[in-house]
Amino acid sequence: MKKSTKKTRSAGKRKPISPGEMERPGSHSLEVKYVLRLYINGSTLKSTLAVENIKQVCEQHLNGRYDLEIIDICLQANLARDEQIVAVPTLIKRLPRPLRRLIGDLSDQNKVLFGLDLKIRE
Amino acid sequence: MTQKQKARQPSSKTLPKASTGIQGLDEITGGGLPNGRPTLVSGGAGSGKTLFGLEFLVRGATQYNEPGVFMSFEETIPDLTQNAASLGFDLDRLVAEKKLFLDHVHISRSEIAETGEYDLDGLFIRIADAVQRVGARRIVLDTIEALFGEMPNPGILRAEIRRLFDWLKQKKLTTVITAERDRPDKLTRHGIEEFVSDCVIVLDHRIREEISTRRLRVVKYRGSTHGTNEYPFLIDEHGISVLPISSLGLDHAASAIRVSTGIDRLDGMMGGKGFYQGSSILLSGTSGTGKTSVAAHFVDAACRRGERCLYFAFEESPRQVVRNMRSIGIDLEPWVRKGLLQFHAARPTYGGIEEVLLVTHKHISSFQPSIVVVDPITNLLMVSTLNEVRSMLTRLVDFLKTKEITAIFTSLTAAGGSLEASEADVSSLMDTWLLLKAIEVGGERNRALYVLKSRGMEHSNQIREFVLTNDGLRMLDVYLGPEGVLTGSARVSQEMREKAVVTFRQQEQETRRRELERKRQIFEARMTMLRAEFEVEEETIQQSISESKLLAEEVLQDRGQMVRSREADTSAYKKVGGTPAARKR
Repeated sequence: MKKSTKKTRSAGKRKPISPGEMERPGSHSLEVKYVLRLYINGSTLKSTLAVENIKQVCEQHLNGRYDLEIIDICLQANLARDEQIVAVPTLIKRLPRPLRRLIGDLSDQNKVLFGLDLKIRE
Repeated sequence: MTQKQKARQPSSKTLPKASTGIQGLDEITGGGLPNGRPTLVSGGAGSGKTLFGLEFLVRGATQYNEPGVFMSFEETIPDLTQNAASLGFDLDRLVAEKKLFLDHVHISRSEIAETGEYDLDGLFIRIADAVQRVGARRIVLDTIEALFGEMPNPGILRAEIRRLFDWLKQKKLTTVITAERDRPDKLTRHGIEEFVSDCVIVLDHRIREEISTRRLRVVKYRGSTHGTNEYPFLIDEHGISVLPISSLGLDHAASAIRVSTGIDRLDGMMGGKGFYQGSSILLSGTSGTGKTSVAAHFVDAACRRGERCLYFAFEESPRQVVRNMRSIGIDLEPWVRKGLLQFHAARPTYGGIEEVLLVTHKHISSFQPSIVVVDPITNLLMVSTLNEVRSMLTRLVDFLKTKEITAIFTSLTAAGGSLEASEADVSSLMDTWLLLKAIEVGGERNRALYVLKSRGMEHSNQIREFVLTNDGLRMLDVYLGPEGVLTGSARVSQEMREKAVVTFRQQEQETRRRELERKRQIFEARMTMLRAEFEVEEETIQQSISESKLLAEEVLQDRGQMVRSREADTSAYKKVGGTPAARKR
């Protein structure tokens, strides 16, 4: 499995999804690769917080197996339209399935982990 | 005068309005929606909110050079485009021309989890971008409340919507916010009306007795007068048309030109000239009293003058009307073929009352008739209430009056009901009211007609009988009996009686005349006789006078001779002759 430590990358480039990832939806297995997109608005407090928070989560829980892209819609309103962004910040978990949106500055780490299927509700 | 103008001007400055271009709405609101301010359009499902918004933008872009943005929170863009096409709007073209920007906002709640503080900058950025792209002056948010179903935190949402509205106001965008109204006591489901304080319009779609009617009401319009009634409106292939009840006011011209009713003696009952041009005439009566026949006469006469007539038949098919009128000697078919007469037959049951009004408007506008017949208006009551019919007729009458179209409305009165009372509600709209009634006397049913009112002209107060002959409607002479007007056989027998009386009188006169003649003859004969007698007498007297004269002369002569012979004193003789007279005294 190809490991990626890249935290940001340009939009448009898509990683091919391997069949193994598709077969285990909702898994918090250590094997699965995460594709995350964080939509922010410039350098507002919420956006800055969200970037810090997601980076922290990724480092702690998804070390080496995530692909995070941070998109500033302030300059690219079309991207917001394409992804149906209403609330900011919004984190979209493209992979693993199912697709999930987390809105807010990601400061409630428990909720973030639930949302990313990295923690099972007790 | 100048003060008045000064006073008026600031008010129009403080509240500039953006014309919606929606037919009739600008008249109700006195010019349109508040310019640069938000307007709430609230209504139940399927009440036409989205179409209202779409038309507002399309008209703005095409007629007022104000580009617009449509933010759809419910329908997708292909759905919107398709819906708009049903109103005759080509959204794709407007989008391509950069006069319109469409954006569909959709998020699914199931995908969403809240992890901390957030705002709706995503939406704001999209709106700002869209506004900037087309240079929008107008924007529609349809239906922003849908977000309440999609976002987890209503508190944040409310704050953000307030912020959005402030931003829209600051940008001076004329905004239409649609909202779903699920309960009659609330304007919107989530109370967003509190953010929109300028103008609130409520749309309503009611179904009563299986007939749907759409209505619009301006609930609130800060700083502006507005019509407060519920106005029916229509959505058809040309968009929305609101038909204000009396948008035109009462400033229509009143013509002094008179038009013949087509029935000589009926003209005679109205000052000898007939109806006023541009007046509205109500023909009411129970069934079978000849309402259509009177109307047909009028139509026929108008067509003979070369005028155009529009006939709305709500009860009979045009062929039926033509056939029936032929039986009384009025052939309408040549007029139809010449294009002078146009029939529109439909049962108003389909589509409800404002549909009827709109269709009527449209036909009148396109055909430009000088006479309109609506036969009968009573059928409209089947699809609506009296109030609605009244308001519809008011608007129709106003419309016709501004166009100086003479209109005849027939109205069927229920048998047994009071003839005058049942029509009282619509009759006040009418200038002339002819009442047709059946008089039942002596086992007969005869038709009679009278002018119940006719504004602004002398008119007969008599109840006149008429018959429908092969040669048209014929008004008969008036025969008054001890119990009112005599009709039918009673009239005929009265006619006979009167004839007998006349003959008798004539005979009597003849006799008297002869008597007089005879007397004159007798008199003359007597005169002749008397004269003859007189002449005889006169002759005798003359004769005796001349004889006695002669005698006297002879006596004098004799005396003279005697005097001369006796030489007597003649003066003494004369003295003797004078004394007896003196003695007598």
